[in-house]
Amino acid sequence: MSATATPPSTRGSWPVVDDGQYDGSRIPARVPTTLAVPEELRESQDVLQVNFGPNHPSTHGVLRLIVDLHGEEVVGVSAVIGYLHTGFEKSMESKTYWKGVTFPERIDYVGYQNNGLVYVLAVEQLLELEVPTKAKWMRMLLCELNRIHSHLVFLGTSALELGAISMFWYCFREREMVLDLSELVTGQRMHTRYFQIGGLAEDIPQGFFPECRKFVEWMPHALDDYKGILDRNEIWLERTKGIGVLSARDAIALGQTGPNLRASGVDWDLRRDQPYLHYEQVDFQVPVYPEGDVYARYRVRMDEMAESTKIVRQCLDKLERMEGMPWIADDRKVVLPPREELHTSMESLIHHFKIVTEGFRVPEGEIYVAVESPRGESGCYLVSDGGPKPWRIHFRAPSFVALEATATCLHHALVADLIAVVGSLDAVMGDTDR
Amino acid sequence: MSEWQRLPGYVSHKDGPEMPTVTIETGRIRQACEHARDELGFDVCVDVVATDYLDWGDKGVSGYIGTASGRDLMHPMTQGLQALPELKPKRFSISYHLLALRQGAPRARLQCWADEGERVPSVISVWPTCDWHEREQFDLMGIVFDGHPNLERLLMPEDWEGHPLRKDYPIGGEPVRFSDEE
Repeated sequence: MSATATPPSTRGSWPVVDDGQYDGSRIPARVPTTLAVPEELRESQDVLQVNFGPNHPSTHGVLRLIVDLHGEEVVGVSAVIGYLHTGFEKSMESKTYWKGVTFPERIDYVGYQNNGLVYVLAVEQLLELEVPTKAKWMRMLLCELNRIHSHLVFLGTSALELGAISMFWYCFREREMVLDLSELVTGQRMHTRYFQIGGLAEDIPQGFFPECRKFVEWMPHALDDYKGILDRNEIWLERTKGIGVLSARDAIALGQTGPNLRASGVDWDLRRDQPYLHYEQVDFQVPVYPEGDVYARYRVRMDEMAESTKIVRQCLDKLERMEGMPWIADDRKVVLPPREELHTSMESLIHHFKIVTEGFRVPEGEIYVAVESPRGESGCYLVSDGGPKPWRIHFRAPSFVALEATATCLHHALVADLIAVVGSLDAVMGDTDR
Repeated sequence: MSEWQRLPGYVSHKDGPEMPTVTIETGRIRQACEHARDELGFDVCVDVVATDYLDWGDKGVSGYIGTASGRDLMHPMTQGLQALPELKPKRFSISYHLLALRQGAPRARLQCWADEGERVPSVISVWPTCDWHEREQFDLMGIVFDGHPNLERLLMPEDWEGHPLRKDYPIGGEPVRFSDEE
């Protein structure tokens, strides 16, 4: 399995003058993330500047776009972000690695399992800690359920913004099932802290497998429902096809990853091209659509939900035969000892106390780990000085990068398209602002 | 001669577990990035990140390190002794994480070093995506990128003072409103 088509070269791609046919590049010339009002319009009295957000419901949080309108046409746009900046990176520098697990899940609060995963993977790689295979399969399963959850939120809200309110209820019906499964395993619906450095927090409960099977059997029917509602819906097609086009060259130059990149025709998925966990052992397709418009982004995510369901089924097949196997690494310097041992073993009590108060130390070094989150490449850059707290931690946020493409996508767009385009880039503001 | 040595401004390189780190002269980082994109095929710049190494290793660190393979007794820290981390050439490192969209997903980290107030050439003309990445590092770490067309604060408010991710920036330094207005 490999990327089939060679991606287009980005050599000398920016700035290139727009030739109308979109053979060149539409990335704005001076500042690539800001669409500047054209010279001939700047002096006229016909340009109206409006604030879109930061508390507009269709900005998915607190994105503010300063939009220049000429009639209904968007002639200028610049994004203002940072309203949800909470300083996660700074806060994590003063927390031990063990306590830090809670933070990344709240950065991308919709793709929380994937964001939690990238952090624990980074720490595990610096520690050179081997994770039990059962934990890897369970992490994959939960990450794929989380991907379905995230795409359902995308689909429900972006359809809602284009007037298809029933889609929202259907999507949130299945989303509820995913959250119930999450609650069954981890005790929490979201932000679970289930992934620990070294493995999982608890063993998988008995009742999980039949419930998850039910969901896996149901999900393809739900996807058929969605297709029935949207795929032949004239309004939906009119408002998504040919809107917000991003070419493959521009997508690469703008650093796009994940579904947004695949919807621009670039066959790239870290799960296949740079496998982590056990992704090389499962069978799945990478959906790619060449059009680069809002509709293509919707199709990629629809197909990904079907593929994720397939992966979940394969994970279940594996996990059901792993009864009684360890779910967390047996390294007492890093992993909390089993709770029941604390009553009988002095040594376990000391280890528990040391890990919770002082924390464990991670060898000196710097590392960058990336996973394919529902929004694209989610990365964690970690610098350790050998102490119990990260010296520097930085998250590469796919939503942050996705929003950089707003100006390019809004080339000659109408104000109504703006909503479709921003929704289709699927940015989560927690992830963007960190 | 490795392919890294052909990079303009090459200083040194070191292999890592996930990608090699190539140190580049600060003034020539833009040419090095251009070379990496055009000659080595690194199409995407996934991330730009700056790190503040102020007081790095001043106190030293000690204690046990746990690994799956057990403890390496040749390493001082695994015996609870103090160890000093490797010293860094300047205060700030700026790392560019590059990715090539081809078989095997090759990655590389180009790294340059800067002292307080030293300017780093912007690579926005090589990868437009670096626009916000550079603005973020300017905002939070105070790295000034030369040639960036719009180097303004991105995440913090426009009138904010200081750069929060620096090591000498206090935690909890924000005044609490109304607290002294009894």
